[in-house]
Amino acid sequence: MTNAIATLREEAAERFAQLGWPTPRIEEWRYTNLSPLLKIDWRADDAPTFVNSPESLAGKAALELVFINGRFAQRTGDTRFGEAADVRIGDWERNRMVALNYANEQDGARIDIPANTVVEGFIHLLFLGRGDGVWSHPRNVITVGSNAQVTIVETYAGSGNYFTNAVTEIDAQDGARVDHYKIQREAREAFHTGNIYIREARAANVTSRSIALGGAIARTETHVTLDGEGASVTLDGLFVGSGHQHLDALTVVDHVKPHCDSTQLYKGVLDQNARGVFDGRIIVRPFAQKTQSRQENRNLLLSETAIVDSKPNLEIHNDDVKCSHGSTIGQIDQEALFYLRSRGIDGDEARQLLVHAFAGEIVDRMKIEPVREQVGRALGLGSGPNG
Amino acid sequence: MLEITNLHAGIDGKEILNGLSLSIRPGEVHAIMGPNGSGKSTLANVLAGRPRYEVTKGEVLFEGKNLLDMPAEERAREGVFLAMQYPVEIPGVNNIYFLKAAINAVRKHRGEEELDAMEFLQMAREKMKVVELDEAFMNRGVNEGFSGGEKKRNEIFQMAVLDPKLAILDETDSGLDIDALRIVAQGVNTLRTEKHSVLVITHYQRLLRYLVPDFVHVLANGRIVKSGGKELAEELEQKGYEWLDPVATSKDAEVA
Repeated sequence: MTNAIATLREEAAERFAQLGWPTPRIEEWRYTNLSPLLKIDWRADDAPTFVNSPESLAGKAALELVFINGRFAQRTGDTRFGEAADVRIGDWERNRMVALNYANEQDGARIDIPANTVVEGFIHLLFLGRGDGVWSHPRNVITVGSNAQVTIVETYAGSGNYFTNAVTEIDAQDGARVDHYKIQREAREAFHTGNIYIREARAANVTSRSIALGGAIARTETHVTLDGEGASVTLDGLFVGSGHQHLDALTVVDHVKPHCDSTQLYKGVLDQNARGVFDGRIIVRPFAQKTQSRQENRNLLLSETAIVDSKPNLEIHNDDVKCSHGSTIGQIDQEALFYLRSRGIDGDEARQLLVHAFAGEIVDRMKIEPVREQVGRALGLGSGPNG
Repeated sequence: MLEITNLHAGIDGKEILNGLSLSIRPGEVHAIMGPNGSGKSTLANVLAGRPRYEVTKGEVLFEGKNLLDMPAEERAREGVFLAMQYPVEIPGVNNIYFLKAAINAVRKHRGEEELDAMEFLQMAREKMKVVELDEAFMNRGVNEGFSGGEKKRNEIFQMAVLDPKLAILDETDSGLDIDALRIVAQGVNTLRTEKHSVLVITHYQRLLRYLVPDFVHVLANGRIVKSGGKELAEELEQKGYEWLDPVATSKDAEVA
């Protein structure tokens, strides 16, 4: 470990000690309470045993890296990439969970896609949590050179009462194209906090799709800085919760430079006593003229006791922009439900069909077939009209 | 086949059907006509099991079974089909997928083998021709972006696929031009056999020119005030509803 990294690790630890764990008193954490995590004396597992996982996409991915409890475990695929420089985009001085990650940083992917390189297929990063009381702090750095193209899929899964606190930093250079997926399918007893930091240079184009299905308490923050003219970002999100799950999605899109474009569509489906949170913040800086920004959050509540908190907010500091945002919370359309039942379809199946129709809009937009299929299966989606 | 006795029903605490009785035998086509607000659509919805409609009194037997005790899906599987007045759009639920699930639910209930994808598509294509519906519609969401006429034709297409014993057409003629009307009637007529019955609910007589009923009933103020043969429909067309039961129809007009 170099001195610089060792120093940063210490500084981050110190910073986290100062800031402490997030509490609902902090505005961005108003709806999510991590106090159940504080009752556990977390330990790191530095020598995890390897196990095969059904989440593996080895053979389908150009490259798959498997991490267990934050430690690198297996590599599949011949494709070689350069090692990314240690870019730090995460705001560890203010973001407590990033500070905690930096202070306890373990392994993670370090991938550099050189300028003008087009990576065929996709790279799969699989993070498995195992065992009670184990925490992990994986950190991924992906640098994508000018006009390079790559698809990165992160999957989080596992078994037990573990805690994953992940950070992924993506640096997209001029004209780079990045398709990023985060599939959060942690164990139902597990905790997950994840921070994705994306920085885009001139005319870069990033899509980040965040699917959250697992975890007892799970939160993913996606921070995007549009730091070059003509950059664009699309954020798609889907969270599907039941039981007592608490699923939180926070996005921050910072329009720093002019002529940038951001689009967000987040959908939530909450059943039983599940709670969902969407907090979407769009910042348009004074210099960021001709900004176009759309944000939409739509939620479907399937029970009387499910809750969703939707908090879109815009901070616009110049008047030459086109911004829109909207948020809806609804229930199953009773007319549609009756229509399906009146044709002989069972009430439960009809309800499922309508939920899938709602969630399907996000799933259908996923371009990587094995990932789309895996998510579809997790949601119990049928294989389509001919299946 | 269908035996309705002294049916009282309504919605949101308001009684709309007020002692309706009607008997339909296999192979018969019955038309129910009446002014707006007379309870025509309430009857259709109560028979199909639409939630929120409450039956306060009376009995409905379908092939000897208590229809009112069955959830909507079971009525459909038993062979009751409602062609809706306002078919709902369901984006994201694929038409073909939906209809295959429906036919197989019905077949399973009848103890028949489920259709596989090929068998189903072949059958669906044939039925589509009858109502002159383009195949491209089948890969869209249920009724998604369909015109009014296309939605009604889709109802008849679904009916043809599901092959119900009793088809109830709730104002299927409303909003249809003359060509669409003819196509819809033709679709229903292909289903007419000695085993299939049809209940046509309509405000106007025009559909009945193509779909000739065996019996015509006039509904006013929640009950049948007059029954007759097909000539009754023509009489109504000429004279309106007022001459039948001035008290019932005028009271009814106020409610409407």
